[in-house]
Amino acid sequence: MAETTIYVRDRFLAPEAPPVSDSSVIGWMRRNLFASWSDGALTILAAAALAYFLPAAINWLFVSAVWTGADRTACLTVEQGGQLPAGWSGACWAYVGDRFVQFMFGSYPRDELWRPLTVVVLFVALLVPLLIPKVPRKGLNALLLLVALPIVSYVLLLGGWFGLRHVETSLWGGLMVTLIISFVGIAVSLPVGILLALGRRSEMPIVKTACIVFIELIRGVPLITVLFMASVLLPLFLTPGNNIDKFLRALIGVSIFASAYMAEVIRGGLQAIPKGQYEAADALGLNYFHKMTFIILPQALKLVIPGIVNTFIGMFKDTSLVTIISMYDLLGIVKASFGDSGWITPVTPLTGLIFAGFVFWIFCFSMSRYSAFVERRLDKSQTR
Amino acid sequence: MALADTRTGSGDPPKVSLLYNPAVRRGVFQVLTLVVIVWVIWYAWHNAAQNLARANMTAGFGFLNSRAGFDIAQSLIAYTSDSTYMRALQVGLINTLVVAAAGIVTATIVGLLIGTGRLSHNWLIARLCTVYVEIFRNIPPLLVIFFWYLGVLALLPSIRSIFQHLEEDPDAVFFISNRGIYMPAPVFGEGFGLVVAAFALGVVAAIAFTLWANARQRATGKRPPVARINLALILLPPLAVFLASGRPLSFDYPVPGSFNMRGGMVVGPEFLALYLALSLYTASFIAEIVRAGIRGVPGGQTEASYALGLRPRQATRLVVLPQALRIIIPPLTSQYLNLIKNSSLAVAVGYADLVAVGGTILNQSGRSVEIIAIWMLIYVSISLVTSLFMNWFNAKMALVER
Repeated sequence: MAETTIYVRDRFLAPEAPPVSDSSVIGWMRRNLFASWSDGALTILAAAALAYFLPAAINWLFVSAVWTGADRTACLTVEQGGQLPAGWSGACWAYVGDRFVQFMFGSYPRDELWRPLTVVVLFVALLVPLLIPKVPRKGLNALLLLVALPIVSYVLLLGGWFGLRHVETSLWGGLMVTLIISFVGIAVSLPVGILLALGRRSEMPIVKTACIVFIELIRGVPLITVLFMASVLLPLFLTPGNNIDKFLRALIGVSIFASAYMAEVIRGGLQAIPKGQYEAADALGLNYFHKMTFIILPQALKLVIPGIVNTFIGMFKDTSLVTIISMYDLLGIVKASFGDSGWITPVTPLTGLIFAGFVFWIFCFSMSRYSAFVERRLDKSQTR
Repeated sequence: MALADTRTGSGDPPKVSLLYNPAVRRGVFQVLTLVVIVWVIWYAWHNAAQNLARANMTAGFGFLNSRAGFDIAQSLIAYTSDSTYMRALQVGLINTLVVAAAGIVTATIVGLLIGTGRLSHNWLIARLCTVYVEIFRNIPPLLVIFFWYLGVLALLPSIRSIFQHLEEDPDAVFFISNRGIYMPAPVFGEGFGLVVAAFALGVVAAIAFTLWANARQRATGKRPPVARINLALILLPPLAVFLASGRPLSFDYPVPGSFNMRGGMVVGPEFLALYLALSLYTASFIAEIVRAGIRGVPGGQTEASYALGLRPRQATRLVVLPQALRIIIPPLTSQYLNLIKNSSLAVAVGYADLVAVGGTILNQSGRSVEIIAIWMLIYVSISLVTSLFMNWFNAKMALVER
């Protein structure tokens, strides 16, 4: 016992050096860009690709782009009959500037442009408060936006009443048509989609079957075939001699299509509501209508707001398909302008498509950001 | 006693007025729906019959056997303008299936890469992948198709400059022009069937070997080198047969004709534009699905598999991926269906898919009801078959519970 010596340290060790600071730029790069050999190789490859393509793209889009000019000669090289040096290539923004009003409103009479502009102002004035969660009176606001505004816009845009000149829908075009079609599609698809979703979950076999057949048939086929159906079959199925407006046909086609998709989104929300909510409503003695409008739908719709916004985004992109049934939405009118003899140059198509793509992108991106914002807000209300 | 009083009504059902009887209400609603549906169908049918009679037309599918009279540039089966409408529709269907299949494969691969790239620890790669997803997700696919067709592929060198290039370099066999990509076409000689048979045999052998290897691993805990042996089993037999049978494969090279290249194999700009646009557009959605799937697997699963001594690749393959797939497959299915449906945008650039061919027939013969019925039938069937397959795959991957 006595022989065992117990080890006792009698001296302090010198302190170790502090860990290498990781907050420096080099430390950050080591962690995030060059964590391993393969990582470093990937980084260098990606950086090289960026260094190669990004300056070229910026140069094409902005530096050597043509910003002013009256016709195509502004965007042609010497050998093509213009004044630019040989081998030049760049965006022709002069063309977009020249055609801008057409891209926005189509062939809408130029002295009547205040009418679509008024609609735009009203639309923004009603939409913005609806999107800001803190602003009160959402119900009234939605009613104005979804019921009153369409009526006012219809009178204003089409004319023929109150001394307004009648403007045929064949003159409408550009972004205006894209927005009208997607807005009408959304405004129609919400109520119809709710009805279809309720019908699909109903216990009445005939109603249920009818809703399932409609939803699955429309969801199973491409939008183009639905548009063809609306534009070719609709006149055939109505009383002989009818002359149904082409624009209206496209609206009907898009609305049918959007309704089927909206129904499935809303059904997802209905399924997510716990059974107890239905039973509680029954226990309170509410009838079907009251049960749905006061208990189930408010919760279900709130749950699927992100899904609804995603359907909106999809619809907004899908409206570009009316180009194929020869209507002039934003994409259609940009594409039609490529054949315009005043602006035929090799760079016109690319410039026009980049412009149209940018406009579509702005709308869709802001909608998806808004959807993400709502999703975060809903999440917060779930976690107390 | 009080208890008995409340139960007095238990003998016969409570008297409810007819207006509030749920069964009666349900019946009335159903009859009303049925009446409306029947009336709409009858109304449309009646008007269509009248409209057709006015245009001196009859309904029916008999016209499918008459001569088409139009050419189709891209056809994988024998077709001339003397073929029937039926044949033309078959060409269109095959073209739809080809571009959809090619698009699905490419979109899945690109989407997988981009989706995992977004989760990478590498800051630059993750940002680049995010930019890709945010750009392509928010632009209409039709615009992307036009972008490739009118903006990029139309700017490629013309046929004339290819001819010039050929004069300088007569040995060139692969050309990229604004009329498509020209490359040598393989010509299969006699006896190539044997090579294909050897390949099929190799695949069967590889599957059998994998099953045996799995059984052996379960019995002994040792795993044979499956990947290497399978590769050899699949590649070596066809190679040996190919060499032994005297290389029954030659190439048909594209040569300059009077206005265009002759011979060889050509991939048209219409197909390329559609294929690239569909793949890149859908890839951005698949990337998001893959990302959500991988993030849906708790980190503890990876840590647990490391604790069990698995290597990172094994952990990914055996633990993370099977669980991620369960989250990924259902939304992936709907993306595949979307891609198939979006392939109908072919009509915008003149790629002869089902809708484009059908549209031509519709304009020529005026048979709108029949053509649209055929479209709907075929697309709904394709969607159904795809859903069934993916549901089967999903069920195979699903969690096996007691």
